Amino acid sequence: MAEATLKIFRGTREGGTPAEYHVPVAPGMVVLDALHYVQQHQAPDLAVRWNCKAGKCGSCSAEVNGRPRLTCKTRMDTLPQDKPIAILPMKSFPVIKDLVTDVSWNYKVNKKIPPFQPRAGVEWKMYQEDVDRVQEFRKCIECFLCQNVCHVLREHDKQEQFGGPRFFVRVAGLEMHPLDALNRTGLLKNELGIGFCNITKCCTEVCPEDIHITDNAIIPLKERVVDDFYDPLLGLVRKIRNAVSPSKRQPNE
Amino acid sequence: MNAKYETHEHDVLIIGAGGAGLRAAIEALAQGASVGVVCKSLLGKAHTVMAEGGIAAAMANVDEADDWRVHFGDTMRGGKMLNNWRMAQIHAQEASERVRELEQWGALFDRTKDGRILQRAFGGHTFKRLCHVGDRTGLEMIRTLQDRGVQMGFDVYMECAVTRLLKDGDRIAGAFGYWRENGRFVVFKAKSVVLATGGIGKAWPITSNSWEYTGDGMALAYDAGADLMDMEFVQFHPTGMVWPPGVQGILVTEAVRGEGGILRNKSGERFMERYDPKRMELSTRDVVARAIYTEVREGRGTEHGGAYLDISQKPAEYVKRKLPSMYHQFLELADVDITKGPMEVGPTCHYMMGGVKVEADTAASSVPGLFAAGEAAAGLHGANRLGGNSLSDLLVFGRRAGLAAAEHAKRTSTPSLDLGQIEEAERTMLAPFERKDGESPYTLHADLQENMQKLVGIFRTEEDLRLALTKIEELKQRSTRMTVSGSRMFNPGWHLSRDLESMLTVVEAVTRSALARRESRGAHSRIDYPKPDPSWGKQNNVISRRGESMELRQVPVPDMPEDLQSLVIEEKKGSAA
Repeated sequence: MAEATLKIFRGTREGGTPAEYHVPVAPGMVVLDALHYVQQHQAPDLAVRWNCKAGKCGSCSAEVNGRPRLTCKTRMDTLPQDKPIAILPMKSFPVIKDLVTDVSWNYKVNKKIPPFQPRAGVEWKMYQEDVDRVQEFRKCIECFLCQNVCHVLREHDKQEQFGGPRFFVRVAGLEMHPLDALNRTGLLKNELGIGFCNITKCCTEVCPEDIHITDNAIIPLKERVVDDFYDPLLGLVRKIRNAVSPSKRQPNE
Repeated sequence: MNAKYETHEHDVLIIGAGGAGLRAAIEALAQGASVGVVCKSLLGKAHTVMAEGGIAAAMANVDEADDWRVHFGDTMRGGKMLNNWRMAQIHAQEASERVRELEQWGALFDRTKDGRILQRAFGGHTFKRLCHVGDRTGLEMIRTLQDRGVQMGFDVYMECAVTRLLKDGDRIAGAFGYWRENGRFVVFKAKSVVLATGGIGKAWPITSNSWEYTGDGMALAYDAGADLMDMEFVQFHPTGMVWPPGVQGILVTEAVRGEGGILRNKSGERFMERYDPKRMELSTRDVVARAIYTEVREGRGTEHGGAYLDISQKPAEYVKRKLPSMYHQFLELADVDITKGPMEVGPTCHYMMGGVKVEADTAASSVPGLFAAGEAAAGLHGANRLGGNSLSDLLVFGRRAGLAAAEHAKRTSTPSLDLGQIEEAERTMLAPFERKDGESPYTLHADLQENMQKLVGIFRTEEDLRLALTKIEELKQRSTRMTVSGSRMFNPGWHLSRDLESMLTVVEAVTRSALARRESRGAHSRIDYPKPDPSWGKQNNVISRRGESMELRQVPVPDMPEDLQSLVIEEKKGSAA
């Protein structure tokens, strides 16, 4: 049986180094299997976050040979076997131990987003063509790989001013819900800092669920923000239209 | 409390943050209780996220003739009449309202042409009944509940594991646990505790379950003096992936068959014609799992020891739209394009019908203040669960558990915590660090799994079960000598050493119950007693703790009122048996 060499980061917030492990490679094996092999045979205290090992929970994110991946969906046979496979924790989040990072910031951002609020007296009818695009956003498994690669967070550390692609996807799912009554453009502009995104599409590239984050979520949301805050003519049209038949309103209106 | 322990106080403490735990939390919050939710993983990662096919509810959006009575009859027959009829009734009556509620909280189900929630066919359901979102219904459900709960304001203790329930005399007083991140201990003081910890699949090597499924809630309840019931009924889902080895056991949703998937053996024969000619691929899970297992055992299996499941006769675009995650799962993990050719599938340990014995209306266990809901509880599914009845179970009984727990908290004075119990729990947790040169928990876990796969699987015999009990006894002895290395910081070996304790309790309960039940019924198949025995059809096995040993007794299945009896019989005439 072929053997692979893994170089896995071992350490904590205080620092650490990669350690080398040798793992036999079975057909169809994924990187998470290799990590489990290391736990079972060589390092029982190797910290790895995972749950389903089926690509559904989004827990096992790491950087494999420099690429942010779900380790449960990264086949060993897609990686060069003639040199060590480097496995590092996600860079944009503080390391807790080994491959486990502190992703609690994401849960704090999530709390800022006003939830779905149905329009008053709504009839609960929706058509497939209306929910199709929202269902795309709701495929998100919160692996936070998009947050990890976004340079606004990764290089510029704008955690205080910026929500990150994951939460633009969540807001898009709410804003484009056919029966939702709220307008969250103020939140997007101010608290979530959508203006920082300069649509480099790094998030879209790493999404394991193939959500078109930039094209389908961020760009349409940016357009809404521009319409609401920077286009005086459209703003006026909307004011008049709202006075006649109210559409989406800001949370505090 | 002693300053030595970080302590949190709540009216209601919920252990587990899957569908049942989150729904219980939402209801307890709505009743004005202060609610804490403890979960072993991050919020939103619980096993519910993996549920694929749908939520069963007789909304009659697609088949107008559907009704809660038909759903009730299907559930009882699927469970081979061992179900608690009252739970089956409540479940069938309330499921539709719980689904509508999810929609009002923002869930987006697939739609019918006239704009209502679309429903699909599933095994054992007379009508098209499963509300779904492609094949990722569980994700939609957990996100919706998670967002709702966060907004309502529960306190979540993520990556925190409970190792012991604390008591004040007979009643519940809280729980003791540790933070996975730093290994520090934490104490929760609560008037009510809801166990929503899911199942036990990790005691088998081939399973669709995530690492969290180690039977914690059942073991905690057992240790606290509550009864367990129906522990012999472990569901093996007929279709897990069988190849390549790394993906063995990963679930292939029943929705593949619901959407028209056909099962064949290696010679191309549609073998379900021999096992259940009427319902074929949409027979109940126990029947289909045994059929595939039998085909393989008798030499008609596929190259890698499974059966072929084929949906490629449907248009590729349809398959990709209705089964998107199956399409990607097979393409990425097995190099199989399911729109072009068949999948290879075989049984995988999937669901626990048994669990904590509870009151039907309130989800209360026999310990005052202790409740259980979802997979951790027993009763609704009897000897075999129908697909889709799990997600509805979580919603219906999660809500009822949260309601009853909040009401119990209102009526109850604040319990006092006993430092002795806490210190003992701490000593137990630290023991594996203090021992030297013992076995690794990983070795023990592998041996436990092998034992269960070989001896307590789909088909059982007295000889195997007796041998299994001997082995479990040996494993228990070995577990007292387990050694853990490294620090208390995020140490998976240490975490597994504690999870093993739970698994050892539940596998003993499973094996003892399976040994006692000398008949075949639902998911419990005895080669030495291949037929159902009417006298066993009237009894549930109940397990409780007597000192250090496990006591098994039989209690009569509750009598069903006549009006409900007639529903089961009438439906029997009208539909497939």
